[in-house]
Amino acid sequence: MDFSPILTGFEIVLQPTNLLYCLVGVVIGMLIGVLPGLGPAATIAILLPITYGIEPVSAIIMLAGIFYGAQYGGTITSVLLRLPGEASSVVTVFDGFAMAKQGRAGAALGIAAIGSFIGGTVAIIGLSVLAPVVAGYALDFGPPEYAALGLLGVLLVSTVGNGGKLKAVIGAAIGLLIATVGRDTFTGAERFTFGNLNLADGIDFVPIAMGLFGLGEILYNLEENRKKVHAPAKVTKVWPSRQDLSESKGAIARGSGIGFGLGVLPGGGAVLSSLVAYAVEKRRAKQPERFGRGAIEGVAAPETANNAAATSSFIPLLTLGIPANATMALMFGALLIQGVQPGPQLVDQHPDIFWGVINSMYIGNILLLIMSIPMVGIFVRILKVRPAILAPITALITMLGVYTVNNSVFDIYLVIVFGVIGYLMKKFGFDPGPMVLAFVLGTLIESSTRQSLLIFGGDPTGFVSRPISGTIFAAILAVLLVPLVRKVFRVRRGDSQPPAATTAAGTDRTTTESTPERETTEAK
Amino acid sequence: MSTTSGPERPPAAEADILEELKAELAHDLEEERPPHAGPLAQVAAGLVTLAIGIAGVALSLGFGLGSLTQPGPGLWPFVVSVAVTALSLAQLAFGREAQDTETFTRSSALTALGVLTLVGLAALLPIIGFEVPALLVMVIWLRFLGGESWRTTAVVSVVTVAAFYALFVLALSIPLPRLI
Repeated sequence: MDFSPILTGFEIVLQPTNLLYCLVGVVIGMLIGVLPGLGPAATIAILLPITYGIEPVSAIIMLAGIFYGAQYGGTITSVLLRLPGEASSVVTVFDGFAMAKQGRAGAALGIAAIGSFIGGTVAIIGLSVLAPVVAGYALDFGPPEYAALGLLGVLLVSTVGNGGKLKAVIGAAIGLLIATVGRDTFTGAERFTFGNLNLADGIDFVPIAMGLFGLGEILYNLEENRKKVHAPAKVTKVWPSRQDLSESKGAIARGSGIGFGLGVLPGGGAVLSSLVAYAVEKRRAKQPERFGRGAIEGVAAPETANNAAATSSFIPLLTLGIPANATMALMFGALLIQGVQPGPQLVDQHPDIFWGVINSMYIGNILLLIMSIPMVGIFVRILKVRPAILAPITALITMLGVYTVNNSVFDIYLVIVFGVIGYLMKKFGFDPGPMVLAFVLGTLIESSTRQSLLIFGGDPTGFVSRPISGTIFAAILAVLLVPLVRKVFRVRRGDSQPPAATTAAGTDRTTTESTPERETTEAK
Repeated sequence: MSTTSGPERPPAAEADILEELKAELAHDLEEERPPHAGPLAQVAAGLVTLAIGIAGVALSLGFGLGSLTQPGPGLWPFVVSVAVTALSLAQLAFGREAQDTETFTRSSALTALGVLTLVGLAALLPIIGFEVPALLVMVIWLRFLGGESWRTTAVVSVVTVAAFYALFVLALSIPLPRLI
């Protein structure tokens, strides 16, 4: 393996200005991410405009900072307010909030930061080693493989995530439709523009993401704001004691392996890994009843795992150009804005950017550890500010922020429209994640499907007869059919569980069963 | 907790704990949410997406489907719209019993008012700059949507808009339309 591009990458990342960008990214990522109700996806969406005017390499480094800051912001609200920022820090709530009630919030936040750092670092090392290998394989992929892979990615995110699967798939299909708005790249014909010149070039990713994730979330929380008063737990002594550290050692080590292994899977990688890591610790514990009552391993394990998973989900993004979840879809969009097309060619054609992205993650991760502990006091103060005061400020950041991207008032209207759609989707049980992901991948899927049809001379069986795309299509079929088959079996057995819960558990179990081998191999 | 599966079958035990966790989570989150909206909302959601699907089919037929050897601009949107339509029909048929919707409450009106102020902001921005509309949004959200006191409203609104001015105009020199 040739190390020189990695070292050059570090040289770029370690320039003082870039370090500063990364630092600013971590800090504002944490500051926005800590706002209750705004998870990492919403945080990154709201902050997209600030990376816009910066030159690509610095912008990517700043994004890495925002990414880690936003992730940790969600952890803080889980521990102090019992409000998980996103699904992957939900399990942290059990023991994190219990610890906070016992006056050990500081230790919980400290161990979460340390665990996140170690898990993240292990995953980045894994990523540095694995990514070029995977990218090497993917170089042979042609349009049919990309079409299949894109479809599989969209389907997995829709069906593995939580919430109604049917609605998630509907949302994803509509996302694919939104991606077709504008001039058709093959024929130049205008589609769904209704004569509006602003739509001729298609809808930008930024207003969609900022609307569906950012403003939609703000509007949704607005309904509840009046009643809510947050009383965050007191935080004293942030640095965990020696006993805390020795109790969490094993949990962090196992969490890193589990997180890295599961994070590569598309869909619920981070969520699943945090659940599995928690379950593993609970099963290994001598007194499992401590869990849920403030066991420090119950914070260390899922927080390590979800950060490791969040990091290793960069592998499919950087090597295949397929984002594995909604947050990655945002990172994908953000990289595209910077003119970086993630995919197998990236490592060969733009090694500076490829290694710049990866190395900035090392730095983002370290800065997170350094910044999170001294800043805990500030976060507690922010959390004490009433949501009613924070809501208009975040709304204005979103409105004015999106304007600055293209100096376009039309974009503000788009954000409002998608904000309302995002709000209604939440009210009606649709997860906006799959829609955004499908929108991001829509153009790739359409153009590769059409190129494939040209290659095959109009014969769609070509998709199935090529070995790689055929295998991927088999996987797509399995994703669609397995839950249905399981549902039928459960109904026959007369299981009393409601069907939705049954399929959810069913899909998770299939994934869990395949994990232990992976977990052990990665851990070594 | 069921401990029927010993350590020799870890995956099953893990899955058990996982399911237990999931149930506990679902229960936890349930408390925080407003009541679900019932079958009517499910049907309404299905009808809206169905309308999108049918409109998509109709419009993409107009773009021209072409053939498989020469795909026209409408082919892909047509295929996707057909999928939206079919899935929406499935939602109408099977999704009525799901409990993942939320009722609109009286405080949903707050959200509607909030949206209106943002539309006002977008409309006024190019005409009179961002300062006054932003201040208005702050005041309405704080005083009327948030129920803050006039004192807090005044202080927070002025400070926020001043901070935006300092950040966007003075520090980043972003060409935001402005009064001053």
